[in-house]
Amino acid sequence: MIILGIESTAHTFGVGIVRDKDPFILADVRANYIPKEGGIHPREASRFFATKAHEVIKQALEQARISINDINAIAVALGPGLGPCLRVGATIARALASFFNKPLVPVNHSVAHVEIGLKLTGARDPVIVYLAGGNTMIIAFNDKRYRVFGETLDIALGNLIDVFAREVGLAPPYVRKGVHVVDECADKGSKLLDLPYIVKGQDVSFSGLLTAALKHYKTGKYRLEDICYTLREIAYSMVVEVSERALAHTSKNEVLLVGGVAASRRLQEKFKLMAKIYDASVHVVPPRYAVDNGVMIAWTGLLAYKHGVVIPVEKAVVRQRWRLDEVEIPWRS
Amino acid sequence: MAFRRGGDTLEKLELIYKGAEAYLFKSTFLDTDVIVKYRLPKPYRDPLLDRRIRRDRTILEARIIARVKELGVPVPALYMVDPEKAIIIMEYIHGIRLKELINHANISTIETYVREVGRSIGIMHSAGIVHGDLTTSNIIVKEGTPYIIDFGLAQYSDELEDKGVDIHLFLRSLESTHPRFVDRLFKAFMKGYEEIVGSRGKESILEKVREIRMRGRYVEERRLRKQ
Ligand SMILES: Nc1ncnc2c1ncn2[C@@H]1O[C@H](COP(=O)(O)OP(=O)(O)OP(=O)(O)O)[C@@H](O)[C@H]1O
Ligand SMILES: Nc1ncnc2c1ncn2[C@@H]1O[C@H](COP(=O)(O)OP(=O)(O)OP(=O)(O)O)[C@@H](O)[C@H]1O
Ligand SMILES: [Mg+2]
Repeated sequence: MIILGIESTAHTFGVGIVRDKDPFILADVRANYIPKEGGIHPREASRFFATKAHEVIKQALEQARISINDINAIAVALGPGLGPCLRVGATIARALASFFNKPLVPVNHSVAHVEIGLKLTGARDPVIVYLAGGNTMIIAFNDKRYRVFGETLDIALGNLIDVFAREVGLAPPYVRKGVHVVDECADKGSKLLDLPYIVKGQDVSFSGLLTAALKHYKTGKYRLEDICYTLREIAYSMVVEVSERALAHTSKNEVLLVGGVAASRRLQEKFKLMAKIYDASVHVVPPRYAVDNGVMIAWTGLLAYKHGVVIPVEKAVVRQRWRLDEVEIPWRS
Repeated sequence: MAFRRGGDTLEKLELIYKGAEAYLFKSTFLDTDVIVKYRLPKPYRDPLLDRRIRRDRTILEARIIARVKELGVPVPALYMVDPEKAIIIMEYIHGIRLKELINHANISTIETYVREVGRSIGIMHSAGIVHGDLTTSNIIVKEGTPYIIDFGLAQYSDELEDKGVDIHLFLRSLESTHPRFVDRLFKAFMKGYEEIVGSRGKESILEKVREIRMRGRYVEERRLRKQ
């Protein structure tokens, strides 16, 4: 079985082709939209995707050395994400499916981050910590679905460090040689300042931390390195704390980190220190598959398709706020 | 482990509960049974941050217990607080958790307790305090009086949202421990609550609870989290 998957939820237009035998990745092509300034502009990104889509798909088929006829089904991320971006992927997927008469498989982008992490790390039944630009969630599988044990009440962890980096002039680029600029700056700091640590039960809140950190910066009284250090220590510790609660409550013995921020070494260290208390292991999705990509959509599409998950073309509409806990996961028990 | 203060020694510390955040010990102090709640240091936090968090939470929990007690709500008496060591020593409530009791006592007795809990929560909410983890395991009935315990997640808050979550969590725990009598028991709870906050207060909180439940995630997950 061969599945082609399309990702276009935010800044990456990615096409992956996978099969149900290892090595499972046949192709992985991506076009990244990089805003000239500020954060992502959804319309601009979607126009960029529209111009690149054809080329990306063609390259993916070439990389896999197959023709579109060899593909069993088309998988597409219908959400969650930015409307204009999502619509590019959905339109192309619908067109391919109807023109070449292929089944269409709807994939939830967040579920895909989780599934590719499980596939690539071999973790079996972990507490999953999904830390990305638009999501911060503590997840565990239970009774047919991925359940959310805790999440951010406002902005995501990736968003926190990106916006801070941008506002104080550390970014773009946000990541240099695999290290986030806030991490890089924080490594040179050491003094803990008075910034708010906000955990409410199983949830975290970052917006107060962001505002306070920016305020500290604007006074000019503190070293940027110390602000970065404090911001990072607090933000990462908050996430580890709520993950710890989930681990203790579920009695699971693995932790899996997925999403772009999972690549942070300091974050991984903190998770290892926490997991040690419970004799649990920490798995981290490889950096290349921590960020958005088409392979994760194709892989999740393959799992779903094998369990009969398909969607009629006319029903394949995008869902900007599609939560991962709304998705039934028939391939796990 | 032994803690000393002013010559009073805690005796026979017996670990009774290991949580993610704190360990709870049973002990005796000045000839009475006590609970020692010790917030654990976390190796993944900057040491200064760690001390700050444990100290602040210890102080907050102790203050809220003391304040709630002042309001006349049955809660454990506070015996000692050591913020730097992150320790709270409080009265040991000899009784049975509502969670267990609910399956053994007759339903009208349970109704009386639950109504009392409704009053207690009404009093707290009117004073701008939310419990944050209100479940039938955090209520211990002693000699016919329901005591509220575990103020580890309590906060000062006048937000309807936070208050709604309290009520919602309680309803949730009724649903999972005693599905047959949920309606009766929840009515009893709200009756007690209304006695304190009045009928308008009751209506607005019920509206909020409905809204919270509509959001979906609470419906499944919050319950799961409690298991
Ligand atoms: N090495 C790194 N260390 C820390 N953060 C990183 C690193 N590499 C990337 N990130 C962060 O990861 C985020 C992007 O991750 P990803 O592509 O998974 O998320 P997204 O697609 O923006 O959001 P979502 O998956 O929530 O829709 C950005 O915030 C980025 O700064
Ligand atoms: N004052 C008390 N008297 C008797 N038993 C108590 C008392 N306080 C706590 N306990 C017992 O210890 C258990 C855990 O206490 P508590 O809920 O305060 O800890 P916690 O760290 O908040 O736990 P969790 O995080 O699981 O909610 C309670 O469920 C109860 O059985
Ligand atoms: Mg408790």
